[in-house]
Amino acid sequence: MYRIIEKQSLSDITKLMVIHAPHVVRNAKAGQFVIVRINEYGERIPLTIADFDPISGNITLIFQEVGKSTKHLGSLNAGDEVATFAGPLGHASEIDYYGTVICIGGGVGIAPIFPIARALKQAGNIVISIIGARSQSFLFWEEKMRSVSDELIVCTDDGSYGRKGLVIEPLKELLEARASGINRIWAIGPGIMMKSVSMTTRPYNANTIVSLNTIMIDGTGMCGGCRVLLDEGASFVCVDGPEFDGHKVNWDMLLSRMQFYRPEERLALEHWEHKCNLEASIDERGK
Amino acid sequence: MSTKPYDRDRSKTKRLEMPVQESALRIMNFDEVALGYTTEMAVKEAGRCLQCKEPQCVTGCPVGVLIPQFIKALGEGDMTRAVGIMKSRNNLPAICGRVCPQEIQCEARCVLGKKAEPVAIGRLERFVGDFELLSRTHPLEQKKDTGMKVAVVGSGPAGLTCAVDLAKEGHMVVIFESLHTAGGVLVYGIPEFRLPKAIVNSEINYAVESLGIAIRTDHVIGRTYTLDELLSEHDSVFLGTGAGLPSFMDIPGINLNGVMSANEFLARVNLMKGYLFPDYDTPVKTGKKVAVVGAGNVAMDAARSCLRLQKGRSGRDSGNKVHIIYRRSRDEVPARREELLHAEEEGIIFDFLTNPVGILGDSGSNVTGLRCIRMKLGEPDNSGRRKPVPLKGSEFDIAADTVIMALGTSPNPLVFFDSKGLNRNLNGTVMADHETGRTTKTRVWAGGDIVTGAATVISAMGAGKRAAADIHKFLTLDNRWD
Repeated sequence: MYRIIEKQSLSDITKLMVIHAPHVVRNAKAGQFVIVRINEYGERIPLTIADFDPISGNITLIFQEVGKSTKHLGSLNAGDEVATFAGPLGHASEIDYYGTVICIGGGVGIAPIFPIARALKQAGNIVISIIGARSQSFLFWEEKMRSVSDELIVCTDDGSYGRKGLVIEPLKELLEARASGINRIWAIGPGIMMKSVSMTTRPYNANTIVSLNTIMIDGTGMCGGCRVLLDEGASFVCVDGPEFDGHKVNWDMLLSRMQFYRPEERLALEHWEHKCNLEASIDERGK
Repeated sequence: MSTKPYDRDRSKTKRLEMPVQESALRIMNFDEVALGYTTEMAVKEAGRCLQCKEPQCVTGCPVGVLIPQFIKALGEGDMTRAVGIMKSRNNLPAICGRVCPQEIQCEARCVLGKKAEPVAIGRLERFVGDFELLSRTHPLEQKKDTGMKVAVVGSGPAGLTCAVDLAKEGHMVVIFESLHTAGGVLVYGIPEFRLPKAIVNSEINYAVESLGIAIRTDHVIGRTYTLDELLSEHDSVFLGTGAGLPSFMDIPGINLNGVMSANEFLARVNLMKGYLFPDYDTPVKTGKKVAVVGAGNVAMDAARSCLRLQKGRSGRDSGNKVHIIYRRSRDEVPARREELLHAEEEGIIFDFLTNPVGILGDSGSNVTGLRCIRMKLGEPDNSGRRKPVPLKGSEFDIAADTVIMALGTSPNPLVFFDSKGLNRNLNGTVMADHETGRTTKTRVWAGGDIVTGAATVISAMGAGKRAAADIHKFLTLDNRWD
């Protein structure tokens, strides 16, 4: 069992959790992920590492409550425990000195882009970061991102904070202004955002790395559920990734695979909410 | 007391059938199919054994169970003695009795089999194993602490056997398991109706608790620790990580929605208990028309699990179909005979001499069927089986909304990450000495599917046992690697 040390609500549906898992921290690097399972009944969910502290042995995760498992996880509090915490999984980001890099975090993707931006900065790169969200209430870690960036651009879809519009707009301007001067781009966020970033950078031939978060079970190459179609053939996100060249990913196939269990996910959520309501009303009666 | 005169008639009699859940009933549930002998039946079947002077059955057992001896004790009704004899060679009899391919091992060599049916050794082993799980008369005994530390990677049949044998000798053993529960293929691969998880857990806990073996779950070697990190903290390392990497066919459409590996399907069903969704969170999706490609035990397990999920969901006779598509004929089916027979009884449709050449899909990337070609058997190939050859122009389509690939597995390379000096074969298996399990890397042993490629539970246990003996020798006798 792994104890939750701290919990913060970054927005109505975005939660931060610090979990004590020294065995995972010892080899953890930016870009890797963990598999979390809440309890005996839970599914194994992959979550990208947002931060880690070798001294305390704590790992920070940030996730958005979208389905049963993330809502359930988000309902836990400091002091509670989760049954499974395995990792670090996947390959670390290829941190090196590239020159000028752009780090893009969309929505909950701001969390995993942070340790990558930090490591790139430490490696001597000029880091330009773009973070974006639906609206101001979904933004977080602006200051943290600023602290590891030479330049930070903040956007919201609805214009409630920062620049109004999608992250690809400032990205396009940067590429227009100095395409040859951008040596590498990292983008993490919803699948559709990473797709549009990849489409935007392709004409400029700008090396674009995306971090995929597909459906998986074991996270070690055993199930193959996470496979993604690249130009050169199928690849496993869990062991070959999670980072890939965004220009090689078959995005339509990927986005469609992500949808495959939608009906079951809905059913699981209804089942869980029903059970919660039932338990709440039993508790109420008990009083 | 004199022994009874040899009864010639009894060798003519057939083996006692084991009670099973009736097929019409069992396809509606995930409960165990084979129900096991009663004490009376076990004693009676044990009485069929001829007690050969030079027993051949033992030579067919990868771990050398003293078969005539345990059967003799059983026949005399001395269960405790039978358990003692069994456990002197096999730490996990309740599991082996259920999943060993006895018909090609011990039972294949039983003298009775030449004229009549061989003694049902597997069923008797299962009986003894189950008896011990309930009575617990023989907790494993442990020798004095040697002060030596051994890391065992993987808690499947090879790792468990190796760990238990080494702990018995007094070494401190830690098992590292990447999943959240111990057992390896016994828990993620083999379904409840063939090997109940309660049996696996209780057999593992019994062995592990009585010997003080630590199991570190959620530890992915190659990531959480590298092999070299383990070596720096332990006197020896045994790799028993199996063959966990699924193979996919190199045909069009393999990435369509609804196409999955048998590993994924079975892990959802078994490891994550997807058949109890939504009480358990992990969904498992099977459509009305399922095609399973391959005919090994894994294919049988996947097909029969599909059938149960379909029946559980929509009752009987609702147009559900599960096909097994196999490129050779029924005679070459690699699955355990009992599994093939059970699958046939349950209504799985077998398409023999058929091979997929492509997977068909709709505009939404969902699978709609399989394009197949008919095969015929040609000359024997390297494996000694007749090689299937496609019949030109015989292509036809099979409708399917779920396609499960059960085409075998290869070792997971994750464990070697960042470690040097461990030589592997082209197919990904680790080079290791068959007798000792020694690899090309000092103080590292390996055994089971990681060395042989996908094989059987008992052969992995045999390899774990041989490696444990050599590790013990290395640690206590000579400490010589060369």
